[in-house]
Amino acid sequence: MGLLDGKNIVITGVLTDASLAFGVAQLAQNEGASVVLTGAGRALSLTERVARKLPRPVDVFELDVTVPEHLDNVRAALAEKWGRVDGVLHAIGFAPEACLGDDFMAPTWTDVSVALHISAYSLKALADAFAPLMTNGGSFVGLDFDNSVAWPAYNWMGVSKSALESISRYLAVALGARGIRSNLVAAGPVKTMAAKSIPGFKKFEDAWDDRAPLGWDVTDSSAVAKACVALLSDWFPATTGEIVHVDGGYHAVGA
Amino acid sequence: MDQAMFARFRKCAVEVLSVSEDQVVPEAKFGDDLDADSLDLVELVMALEEEFGVEVPEEDLEGIETVGQAYDLVVGKL
Ligand SMILES: NC(=O)c1ccc[n+]([C@@H]2O[C@H](COP(=O)([O-])OP(=O)(O)OC[C@H]3O[C@@H](n4cnc5c(N)ncnc54)[C@H](O)[C@@H]3O)[C@@H](O)[C@H]2O)c1
Repeated sequence: MGLLDGKNIVITGVLTDASLAFGVAQLAQNEGASVVLTGAGRALSLTERVARKLPRPVDVFELDVTVPEHLDNVRAALAEKWGRVDGVLHAIGFAPEACLGDDFMAPTWTDVSVALHISAYSLKALADAFAPLMTNGGSFVGLDFDNSVAWPAYNWMGVSKSALESISRYLAVALGARGIRSNLVAAGPVKTMAAKSIPGFKKFEDAWDDRAPLGWDVTDSSAVAKACVALLSDWFPATTGEIVHVDGGYHAVGA
Repeated sequence: MDQAMFARFRKCAVEVLSVSEDQVVPEAKFGDDLDADSLDLVELVMALEEEFGVEVPEEDLEGIETVGQAYDLVVGKL
């Protein structure tokens, strides 16, 4: 028996086999879920390629979260394929280069608006698209980097994460009456394509392992995948608007 | 360099990077000569993994700049 037997799960954000979403897709399949992947723009051909490394074959749909027609198309395709969606993983982050690095003051609103649109508002966009298919309750799970304090270099991506945290709580309110939950997993740093584009990422790496009570391995995202799968399952039925830290305990200690 | 092996490598590069065969020479630089960014390189390596049945961890790609270096990396895994 798998934790996700009989569940239909949409997984965004698989870019390489290091993507946090790839680990979730793999584990979700092993726990019995039917899975589809989505990919965006330049990344779509990579998503299709890396999909072949999953335990079972999956459909891959084009979904750039900023393109409303893509959201409509995927919803229509899934209404036909499954009729019902039970869970959605949001693993989408992007910020223009000016939004990250040494100079917090550098970007314009045009830059910042892109970061907020793709990295935060997109959770609400996914809810618009897929909540209507969650006829038997459902679960949205997003990937967060705890932004309750300011980090070096993370800048406007951090601001976007704060917005994502807030959007998830409001979605919990908006969708709760329909039995739909919204939760985030605040992950410690993992070496993915997105992480490599953060200039100060190296600084987090060693600090994390030293300070986290349980230690931390930046090349292993299996704990993140387990938490996401648990939240997608029926084992957190009364949990919504929550942020679960999967960071070795780093957030809980002061130094 | 084994010509038959390099031909298989070249076929993948042409397909993934949308370049012509005569551009794919050992000294060609991915960035300057083939207009390939880091995502292109990752995708090329995935194609090569399938073609040659090898696994190339992403961290091995650090410092890879030319076609020849990528070829040696992949063939070295056989
Ligand atoms: N890696 C870490 O250290 C870490 C830590 C905490 C949280 N996160 C979060 O995890 C999530 C996944 O990132 P990752 O680290 O696995 O890196 P990744 O680069 O593998 O994934 C980022 C994904 O975002 C997708 N994306 C970008 N723009 C998009 C758009 N317009 N529409 C749809 N998809 C788009 C990309 O295609 C890619 O698949 C992100 O939200 C990231 O902020 C990562």
